[in-house]
Amino acid sequence: MAKNEKIQRQQMPEQAPLVRKNNFNEVPKGYTAEMAIQEAKRCMQCKKPACVEGCPVGVDIPGFIKHVSNGDFTKAISKLWEKNSLPAVCGRVCPQENQCEGKCILGKKGEPVAIGNLERFVADYEREKQLATRPEKAEPTGKKVAVVGSGPAGLTVAGDLVLKGHDVTIYEAFHKPGGVLVYGIPEFRLPKEIVFSEVSGLEKMGVNVQLNTVVGRIVSIDELFEQGYEAVFIAVGAGLPTFLNIPGENLIGILSANEYLTRANLMKAYLFPKYDTPVVRGKKVITIGAGNVAMDAARTALRLGAETSTIVYRRSREEVPARQAEVHHAEQEGVKFHFLTGPTKFLGNDKGRVVGMEGLKMVLGEPDASGRRRPVPMKNSEFELECDLAIIAVGAGANPLLTQSTEGLSLNKWGYIIADPETGKTSKKGVWAGGDIVTGSATVILAMGAGRQAADSIHQYLSWGW
Amino acid sequence: MFKIINREEMAEGTVILNEIEAPLIAKKARPGQFVILKANDTGERIPLTMADTNTEKGTITIIFMVVGKSTALFKTLLVGDAYQDVIGPLGKPTHLEKLGDVICVGGGTGIAVLHPITRGLKQAGNHVTAIIGSRNKDLLILEDKMRAASHELHVCTDDGSYGHKGFVTDVLKKILNEKKDQIKLVVGIGPVPMMKFVSLVTKEFNVKTLVSLNPIMIDGTGMCGGCRVSVGGKNKFACVDGPEFDGHAVDFDELSLRLQAYQEDERQCYDHFCKCQD
Repeated sequence: MAKNEKIQRQQMPEQAPLVRKNNFNEVPKGYTAEMAIQEAKRCMQCKKPACVEGCPVGVDIPGFIKHVSNGDFTKAISKLWEKNSLPAVCGRVCPQENQCEGKCILGKKGEPVAIGNLERFVADYEREKQLATRPEKAEPTGKKVAVVGSGPAGLTVAGDLVLKGHDVTIYEAFHKPGGVLVYGIPEFRLPKEIVFSEVSGLEKMGVNVQLNTVVGRIVSIDELFEQGYEAVFIAVGAGLPTFLNIPGENLIGILSANEYLTRANLMKAYLFPKYDTPVVRGKKVITIGAGNVAMDAARTALRLGAETSTIVYRRSREEVPARQAEVHHAEQEGVKFHFLTGPTKFLGNDKGRVVGMEGLKMVLGEPDASGRRRPVPMKNSEFELECDLAIIAVGAGANPLLTQSTEGLSLNKWGYIIADPETGKTSKKGVWAGGDIVTGSATVILAMGAGRQAADSIHQYLSWGW
Repeated sequence: MFKIINREEMAEGTVILNEIEAPLIAKKARPGQFVILKANDTGERIPLTMADTNTEKGTITIIFMVVGKSTALFKTLLVGDAYQDVIGPLGKPTHLEKLGDVICVGGGTGIAVLHPITRGLKQAGNHVTAIIGSRNKDLLILEDKMRAASHELHVCTDDGSYGHKGFVTDVLKKILNEKKDQIKLVVGIGPVPMMKFVSLVTKEFNVKTLVSLNPIMIDGTGMCGGCRVSVGGKNKFACVDGPEFDGHAVDFDELSLRLQAYQEDERQCYDHFCKCQD
């Protein structure tokens, strides 16, 4: 047995479940320097590292971990920055078990190296100490690039292109930058301060951030070209929340996860009335869906005073799309799971408020187009579930606001932008797209991967042509 | 920051006009579109349909009634103060075309939204009859502007202190009775019950009717779904599909209920604010 395998994976210190379910502070507390070094020593430093193949942005994982094991955290952050402009974010929200850690050789027999925890440690250490110097910027090229949307894809493109010497402006529709990182992902999973610190890092490098700017309304893509931009990257996210289209869905107390989380996170409804935006505070809360967003919503509900918070999912535990860590954290905090359950109707009182949900039990049938087994309703299995808040977290569709106001942009039948999977190039000259507006709802790191590819392609275009 | 360069108190201080510097929005905005305003860091995002724009000065005008914490906070902003955030123009503009005879019906602060649409319909070559109403004479706003924007103006007050005593729907019904075949379009903007009854009246006469809705919303770009309204049995998002809809298809009762979603919280927040002001 190699010596690496003898060291146990360092467990992430966390707030105790019964404490944290009552606050919005971050759940994991982060490694200490000693823990990070210990964990880094577990890495086998493989010659052909499988973990790197599992990373959508190709971080030199053994490379940065080597520096950590030597206690040189400043070199470690520089290594991370070579490929990842948002390590503090990725260390927290990437689905590592399906990516880098899923490929780690140590995982074959035991537990993989805690790559995500190490990435997070290195980024947090640097944010606190500010010892490293950001990568050097190339000479100014005089080329202007517009990035529409300041979520993970947009931030990645901006970070990459400003380094190459281009003049980058990000346009954000909301009053704060960060996209889903600030409106969607809760404070207890990704403190907003971290996102703003990443954005201010980009600003220091020269990226211009324009808030309150809804491209497609206040300015069109063609007008951006008239203003002298030579390339535009569209990363406006998915948008339009999907509803169930069942009776009673417009009762008061039924919100899309987008609305619920935006109120709670971006608008800080958890600090109401110090902050002016309220959010429905349910005692008996159900969340329909079992992705990461559903887990975020169900856990937010607990923190906003729910006595019970229940996930209702029409498939079984095996098909749950959320990260393992999120499901685990949710269960620890007391979130209940109703698997193989499909809602059919919401029930309301005379004030138009939701008081319950009617549903059917499901069994799994043949695999559907997604490759997952299709849930089929069981006969005579009707039941009722009491609730005073229901959160619909079953995904989102394409937001038509920008795409409808842009000529020459080809869309697929669901309204998503068609972009070359290698380069992000769209059908419109000088326009690239990436993230959820191309793929539909996906993950932060996939959006960043798309941003990376598009940034390379945009740089080539600005240097050599379309 | 979006500076207030002109401010007026109307209707005994219950209604406030702000002219705000927002040159990019002013350049793009069309009648019927709205903006979202946020006063400060802790503030709420409030959607308001624009009452006017001035491209030369680079300003937009909003007119709002003080009904809760956020509008009370807006009221404290004076000339020279600024909104932290103004986002827009949002929503689809009113389709202004020459149809013939049209009627514009407005109530309360809805008159402020109706004014640029009325003016636009007149400029498009329509013969415009306007009907505006309020609870009493002192609460009536924009009478002169509405007179100038239309060919014929009828004023109603609930208590009869000015103009016709009664509701705008009384006058609307009378005009429709007289010349229903001539009227090609009715635009009704005001409180939800007013729009509901305007739509019920015009339905009887089978006259196409547009209403402008202002449901609860957060982002204004189609992302939250909070502003969903049932129109013809289908869910529509007021922020991207509206704010104007076919009045005969809107479920006004559902809209009324949904507008009350946060009534309790709003009262709590308003009381908190008033205490802090004392």
